[in-house]
Amino acid sequence: MSYDATFRVWRGDAEGGDLQSFTVAVNEGEVVLDVIHRLQSTQVGDLAVRWNCKAGKCGSCSAEINGRPRLMCMTRMSTFGEDETVTVTPLRAFPVIRDLVTDVSFNYEQAARIPAFTPKAREEDGNHRMQQVDVERSQEFRKCIECWLCQDVCHVIRDHEGNKAAFSGPRFMIRLAELDMHPLDTVDRRDAAQDEFGLGYCNITKCCSEVCPEGIHITDNGIIPLKERVVDRRFDPLTWLGSKIGRRPQA
Amino acid sequence: MTATAPRGTGAVTPGRGDGGPAPRRAAIAERTLRTDRWWVQPLVTVVVLVLFIAYSTFRAFQNAYYYAEPYVSPFYSPCITTRCEGDSFPEFFEGPSWISPALYILVLPLGIRLTCYYYRKAYYRSFWLSPPACAVAEPHGRYTGETRLPLIGQNIHRYFLYAALVFNVILFYEAFASFRDETGEWGHMGLGTLILLVNAVLLFMYSISCHSCRHIVGGRLNSFSKHPLRYRAWTWVSKQNARHMQYAWISLFGVAFADFYVFLLATGTISDLRFF
Repeated sequence: MSYDATFRVWRGDAEGGDLQSFTVAVNEGEVVLDVIHRLQSTQVGDLAVRWNCKAGKCGSCSAEINGRPRLMCMTRMSTFGEDETVTVTPLRAFPVIRDLVTDVSFNYEQAARIPAFTPKAREEDGNHRMQQVDVERSQEFRKCIECWLCQDVCHVIRDHEGNKAAFSGPRFMIRLAELDMHPLDTVDRRDAAQDEFGLGYCNITKCCSEVCPEGIHITDNGIIPLKERVVDRRFDPLTWLGSKIGRRPQA
Repeated sequence: MTATAPRGTGAVTPGRGDGGPAPRRAAIAERTLRTDRWWVQPLVTVVVLVLFIAYSTFRAFQNAYYYAEPYVSPFYSPCITTRCEGDSFPEFFEGPSWISPALYILVLPLGIRLTCYYYRKAYYRSFWLSPPACAVAEPHGRYTGETRLPLIGQNIHRYFLYAALVFNVILFYEAFASFRDETGEWGHMGLGTLILLVNAVLLFMYSISCHSCRHIVGGRLNSFSKHPLRYRAWTWVSKQNARHMQYAWISLFGVAFADFYVFLLATGTISDLRFF
């Protein structure tokens, strides 16, 4: 069963642009990316859109649909009414290249700054050993597909471009948490999390968790535990005292 | 037709915060393009919290109708002055008569709620609009989060947790003490006993499900396998932590209701329903 939907798609580049309206056919079972592709093939051949797997695993087709950061390939058209106008814009926190394609290089620059995984020495037989329960928490964060929706929705950098110099964004907070919780890692990242990556900027309003297509509990399982680890290190006199008298050498 | 920025200016908003105009972003003037009723949730939060703050402030300053044998309102528990009504615990000092005994203690429950990771989300969004909802631009030109005073003080949340756990013990004590009747004899139970007991349980669940508690019982460890008991405790607290928001709201309503019930008894508006 098909119907004609009204789409508003932002078209332009870094110099400017606007929302342009289109009427485009929608078939049963389709997602927003299907409709964008139909638009591209039938009406606006030069519409720029980044996509790859169309299965919610590559993180390429991130955009904002009716104002909410979403993956276009995972947003079913059946979630909208047939008479509802669907507005598609590029990610608003990053520089636009053209139409729906943004320059997300900020995120790769942040990724390069994270101190690398530094495992402890191997055991005598040449192996590293760890238990499943020790790495379960970190494994949740490994589900990240780096779609940058959490980075896009985070008001710290979305609403304050200047904060990009001080705050790396939620994706990199959970990367720091992942490494800091890892049983084999030897680098203490707590000071760096606070001073270099701007953990204190996060006011845990949880939008990153709301938009994550992988359902990662970014705030509850990543950022807040990391904040608590920083409290151990920086703001808790009892834990500090424990570290001085040898009860908590890791604190 | 949507409002758009003229060519050449780059983005209008969001992104014009501390760093000035956001370079090269898509020029979209609207604060948000969300079409749902994103403002409902912050509005409801504001209304409910303002009502609670108004009620609790009135009751805390009222300095009356907080004791109806054998029940003590949770707003006045523990009642630490000798001026407290009834045979209350623990009566440390006399204090001026014009200061309500509630004012000495309420700073601690207020502190845990104010620094709670859930309530921070709730009031940063609804009162400070930072942000009011996801992908809705906040109205502030500058944002430093919890990096400096006073908000860096949110990091002492765990100390309020420790105090709250002491309060939880006291509230259980008061609830069990209400199994005595007006003459001090054990073997009584009224609706008030049940209400105080449920209130104590809800406040305990709110404390124990706290993110700081989750960290302290085991979250700070990197090798759970070496600490199996703490791992089990962490696993249980983690399950409760997933419901922390629900406990935060239910316990808030619960404590207000418990106080209101004692108020109704103390003013003689109703009489306690006796089970035995």
